[in-house]
Amino acid sequence: MTARQMRTPMRRVRGLGAARSGTNHFWYQRLTSVAGVPLVIGLVLIVIALLGRSHAAVVQILGSPLIAIVMLLFILNTAYHMWIGMQEIILDYLHDDKWKLASLIGNTFYVVVVGFAASYAILKLSFGV
Amino acid sequence: MAELEAGTTHRARPLSPHLQIYKPMLTMTMSIVHRITGAGLYFGMALLAWWLIAAASGPNAYADFEAFAGSIIGRIILFGYTWALMHHMLGGIRHLIWDTLHGLEPADREMLALMTIIGSIALTVLLWVIGFLAMGGSR
Repeated sequence: MTARQMRTPMRRVRGLGAARSGTNHFWYQRLTSVAGVPLVIGLVLIVIALLGRSHAAVVQILGSPLIAIVMLLFILNTAYHMWIGMQEIILDYLHDDKWKLASLIGNTFYVVVVGFAASYAILKLSFGV
Repeated sequence: MAELEAGTTHRARPLSPHLQIYKPMLTMTMSIVHRITGAGLYFGMALLAWWLIAAASGPNAYADFEAFAGSIIGRIILFGYTWALMHHMLGGIRHLIWDTLHGLEPADREMLALMTIIGSIALTVLLWVIGFLAMGGSR
């Protein structure tokens, strides 16, 4: 291991780690969790307000600006939070490079698809057609 | 020679004790539950996306989602999702408290863990009671 290791310990520590990105994600995980608390409360209130309502009423309420903004913020904040979180789980448990890489790619694809789809739905409800 | 090689390449190194060696404790259970609820919510986001896409697609798609959400299986999943969301949120607040270097003493940790469990169950039941009342009232 040490024979071909030309980088100094400082070089390896700086900005690296299993995700190759240092402590950046630690910070953003905290930031998105702080933002997540009021946004989860907002989501819960919106869902309760929509329970049992007709499709037309749900469309109208979800598409109203204030509700749509809270929903969009929840979706984007949560998408980033869960992307980091699942990456952390993958890096903790998958050590085989092939599986690790495939899972990291799958994680990103899943989060982008779910986040984009949910955001698009809110935008369509807001702008109509 | 072969023996020496095997001896050098597979030498038993001292390992740090892993989970099995410790007596199971509430705080370590809460640690893994936080991760499990996080993973559950991760896949649960697909349900949220389905709900929103169904609403955006039209009455028929929305009726399909409502049929799922109102079924026994759907309600069990949504109840579990509610609990996971509340538990992960309270567990996250616990982590944020720890980030300020508060609540790290053994007694504090136990208390925070208990508050997370009791709080998440209480909030889940409360939300579902409110939910059923809302459905009964405004339909």
